[in-house]
Amino acid sequence: MSTLFGDATRRLRANPAAMCATIVTLSIVALTLIGPWFNPNSSETLDWSHVASQPALQSAHWFGTDRLGRDLFARTLEGARVSLAVGLVASAVSLLVGIGYGAVAGYVGGRTDHVMMRGIEILSGLPLVFFIIFLTVIFGRSVYLLFLSIGAVGWLTMARIVRGQTLSIRQREFIEAAVASGAGTARIIAKHVIPNVIGPVVVYATLTVPQIIMFESFLSFLGLGIQEPHASLGALIAEGAGEMEAAPWMLLVPGGLLALLLLALNMLGDGLRDALDVKER
Amino acid sequence: MLRYFLTRLAGAVPTLFIIVTIAFFLIRAAPGGPFDQEQTLPPEIMANLQSAYGLDQPILTQYGHYLGALLRGDFGPSFKYKDFSVTELIGQGFPVTLELGSVALALALILGVPIGTFAALHHNRTADYATMSLAVVGIAIPTFVVLPFLGLLFGIYLHWLPVAGWEPGSIRHLALPVVALALPPLSVIARLVRASMLEVLRCHFIRTAFAKGLPLRTVIWRHALRPALLPVASYLPPAVASIMTGSLVVESIAGLPGIGRYMVQGALNRDYTLVMGMVIIYSTLLIVMGLVVDLIYAWLDPRVRLDR
Repeated sequence: MSTLFGDATRRLRANPAAMCATIVTLSIVALTLIGPWFNPNSSETLDWSHVASQPALQSAHWFGTDRLGRDLFARTLEGARVSLAVGLVASAVSLLVGIGYGAVAGYVGGRTDHVMMRGIEILSGLPLVFFIIFLTVIFGRSVYLLFLSIGAVGWLTMARIVRGQTLSIRQREFIEAAVASGAGTARIIAKHVIPNVIGPVVVYATLTVPQIIMFESFLSFLGLGIQEPHASLGALIAEGAGEMEAAPWMLLVPGGLLALLLLALNMLGDGLRDALDVKER
Repeated sequence: MLRYFLTRLAGAVPTLFIIVTIAFFLIRAAPGGPFDQEQTLPPEIMANLQSAYGLDQPILTQYGHYLGALLRGDFGPSFKYKDFSVTELIGQGFPVTLELGSVALALALILGVPIGTFAALHHNRTADYATMSLAVVGIAIPTFVVLPFLGLLFGIYLHWLPVAGWEPGSIRHLALPVVALALPPLSVIARLVRASMLEVLRCHFIRTAFAKGLPLRTVIWRHALRPALLPVASYLPPAVASIMTGSLVVESIAGLPGIGRYMVQGALNRDYTLVMGMVIIYSTLLIVMGLVVDLIYAWLDPRVRLDR
C-alpha cells in the first residue's frame, strides 16, 4: 500500500495540471468550511434593504443578493457544501456496492460472472436518470435518499473496475494457497481478494465524485433535489438562469463555482488515473 | 444481415416489456394521485373521476388494460392535460426534441472526430495539450451551466443570438441549445478518437502504408480512420442517453416546446400515462441505437460478422 501510494504521489507531483487542480479543490473545500466565519450574513436571513443588489466589496453582501434579499455568498457556499457531501457519501456507497459485486463476479467467474456482467450491461443501457426521477418522486425528497439513489446508480462502473482487478489477481499463488488450505469462497473474497484490489479502486473512486456532484446539481436544477429554504448549486443556477438579464450575478456566482469545482475534480481524477494507470476491463 | 436485424428486434420486445412493467408499478407505488389538488375534492366527484379513468379497478386489471391498449398503439389519455391524448402530446413535441438532439449528435461527431485525429497527430505537443484541456472543460461543465452562460454572453451582452424561444425552422433559435447539448459528447468523442487513433497509428499496416509513400491524408482517410472509429461506435448509446438527459434541462432553459418537460412534470403530477409514454419513447430510442451500433460495427470492422 505504501509503495502504491508513494508512486502515485510522486507521479501526481510531476503533473502540473493535477497539482493545480488539487490546490483549487482544497481551496474550495476550505472556503465552504471557513467561509461562513468571515461572512456576517447567514444563508436564510432576508435583508429587505438589499433586494437583488449587485456584488460589491464595500457593501455587506460581497457577491450580491437574490430576489428575497438573501446573501448569495452564504447560499452558494451552503450549496457547495451540500454538493461536496453528496459527492463523497454517494461515492462511498457506490464504492461499497461496487466492490462487493465486482469481487464476487471476478472471483467466482464462469456462468455467475457472465450473468452478473450481463446484468450490469442491461442496467447501464437503461435511462437511469428516469428511474432516479421516479425514485425521488416516490419516496419524497429527503437528502439521505438522494445519497442512496445516486450512489446506487454510480456503482456500475465501479463493479466493472473491481472485477477487472480481481481477474488479474485470481491466478496468483497466494489465492491458490488459500484454496489449498481449505478456505471457503466467501472467506477468500473477503480476506484475500478485496484487501488486494482496494487500493487502486479507492483512488479511482475520486473520478466518480465529480460525476455524482454533477448529477446531484442536475436533479436540484430540475427541482427534484435539495429543497428550499436550503440552498443547492443546481437550484441557485436554475433561479439565476431565470434572472440573468436583470441580475447576472445570480447566475454567475453559483454557476462559476460549480464549473470551477467540477473542472478541478475532473482534472484531479484524470491525474490520479494516469498516476496509477488503473484500467477498466 | 436482415435476419440478424429482425432477430435482434424481436429480442428487444421482452426488454421493452420489462421496462414498461417496472415503470408502471413504480409510478403507481408513488403516494398521491393525478387528481390531488390544494383543495380536496368531494369524495363523490373523486370517485367519479377515478372510475372515468379506470383507476378504481384493481391494479392488475389496470395493467392488463394498459398493455392491451399499448398493443393497439394507444398510449391512453393524459390525466393532467385534459382533452389531450398522450400520443397527441408526444406527437407535437417529439419532432422538436428529435431535431435538437440529432443536430447536436451530428455536430458532436462532425467536430469530435477531426479534433481527436488532430490531437493524435500532434501527440504530446502544444496542440494536443490545448485540445485535450478544452475537452476536459467540455466534459466537466454541465449543460445547465454552459447554456445560460452562452445565453448571457451571446444573447444579452453581444445581442447576436436569441437567448430563448422557438420558431419553426429557425436556425438562430437552435444555435445555443445545440452547442450546449453537443459539447459533452463532442469532448468525449474527441478523447476517444485521439486515444484509438494513437493506437492505430502504431500498427504495422499504417507503417506499411507510409512506406508505400502514401501521403498522410490518404493514410488517415483510407486506412486509419475506420479502425479508429470503433470506440466511437460503442459510445453512441451513452451519447444518445446523455443528449436525452441534457435536453430535459436545455428545453426548459431555452423555452423549446419539446417533450423534455413532460418527464419531470408528468412524474410530479402523477400523470401516469404521460410518464409511461415518455419512458417507452426513450427506451425504444435507446434500444434502436444499440441495434444501429451493431450495424456500424459490422461496417467499420470487416471481421465482425452479424449473420452467424
